[in-house]
Amino acid sequence: MNLTLKVWRQKGPADKGGFVTYEMKDINHHMSFLEMMDVLNERLEREGQEPVHFDHDCREGICGSCAMHINGRPHGPSKGTATCQLHMRLFNDGDVITVEPWRAKAFPVVKDLVVDRSAFDRIIQAGGYVSVNTGGVPDANEIPVPKKIADEAFNAATCISCGACVAACKNASAMLFVSAKVSQLALLPQGKVERKNRVERMVAQMDAEGFGNCTNTQACSVECPKEISQDFIAMMNREYIGAKFTSDNV
Amino acid sequence: MSWLTQTFSSSIGRKFLTAITGLFLIFFLVGHVTGNLLLFKPDEGRAFNEYTQFMTGNLGIMIVRYLLYAAILAHVIITVLLGIHNRKARPVGYTKQVPSPHVSWSSRNMGILGTLVLVFIVIHMANFWYSLKWGVVPTVNYAEAGEIKNLYHVVQSSFSELWYTALYVVMMVFLAFHLMHGFQSAFQTLGLRHKKYWPIIRSVGFWFSIIVPFIFALMPLYIYFFRNINH
Repeated sequence: MNLTLKVWRQKGPADKGGFVTYEMKDINHHMSFLEMMDVLNERLEREGQEPVHFDHDCREGICGSCAMHINGRPHGPSKGTATCQLHMRLFNDGDVITVEPWRAKAFPVVKDLVVDRSAFDRIIQAGGYVSVNTGGVPDANEIPVPKKIADEAFNAATCISCGACVAACKNASAMLFVSAKVSQLALLPQGKVERKNRVERMVAQMDAEGFGNCTNTQACSVECPKEISQDFIAMMNREYIGAKFTSDNV
Repeated sequence: MSWLTQTFSSSIGRKFLTAITGLFLIFFLVGHVTGNLLLFKPDEGRAFNEYTQFMTGNLGIMIVRYLLYAAILAHVIITVLLGIHNRKARPVGYTKQVPSPHVSWSSRNMGILGTLVLVFIVIHMANFWYSLKWGVVPTVNYAEAGEIKNLYHVVQSSFSELWYTALYVVMMVFLAFHLMHGFQSAFQTLGLRHKKYWPIIRSVGFWFSIIVPFIFALMPLYIYFFRNINH
């Protein structure tokens, strides 16, 4: 198949940037989107040009590195997949495909399609961990966790921190990401101990990073490659307001 | 910053205030639409005027009324602050952006819809509330109630104008869309989302958003077509 790619090129954080159009010939429709980008980069290198910079790592949808806004949607048109699992068979011969980086104040562009997502790391550093001493391995069934709760915590934990929620949100809000990280720990016994401090600190860090506010459009869940539910945002709202009124932090 | 100011200046705290004030305004709509049903009573506005007299003279109602003004102001100020912050959160926009599937139009346009509803509230209050409080309103004499202000006459003469009637009907459509997202969104923000109750909240919200503005829109239409002073 033949395609026209309009790719965002930007030399560095200070550069203004702009779109460059590339004609792609004979693209195999079994390729993933990233493999198609590899084909482009190999060609650019052969021609002595700077290849398109983009983040990628596992290419099997679990690392959350790949981040491209494809044809107006994060990770492209496919439901529940990251860019690496988006296949070219979803496009038609002759399509014009626009590729942009995530757009958010908290995710500044580093180069081309690469954005700095360390704001997410700082939110995790603010409280997305368990620091109490949980001791040795307990006997089986010593701490009963109902299957339903375990499943819910697991669903939250499937978040790969790719930032598609921020990219999809009209307000560039990080609520879905933060709520998944708050919930996965708040649901389980070891995480419950520090739940109040955790949610207060993670939300404060989220606000400090300059993300927008949630207006409940639910676009984040629709675009999330792991289809993280809106239930977690509601859970975080409960956790936060509850913590603010009952924690010891004055 | 004290913990309280910190709470209500945080993103979730501000959203919490938006939801609380929004729900209060939703409750107000229930009262407002119920009371105004008296406009449909074919008694030349007597019941409506007596109701107006009761509403302006009662201390309890007065307190609720000031709470209402405060809620409207707070809802507007907080959402404007949130809106400004949201715009700053994405200084460089996308060249191409396609709305995600299953995302409602009203949820993406709450700012515009809210502004239109606010414009409506200002027009509405300038016409009825202002004239009742400071304007010259003709009076009417009822045997038991005595001489009271004839607000029904003001309502009747306003809605005898086609453009004014049309304006109200159109504005109710905007209100319906604002409520369509606002109702369920308030519950989500308060964290009141549960497998059992969420479908109920959604359908109650949907029908509330249609029925209440529809009844409101019927009032100017009824007066224009059946109680028109120019006809």
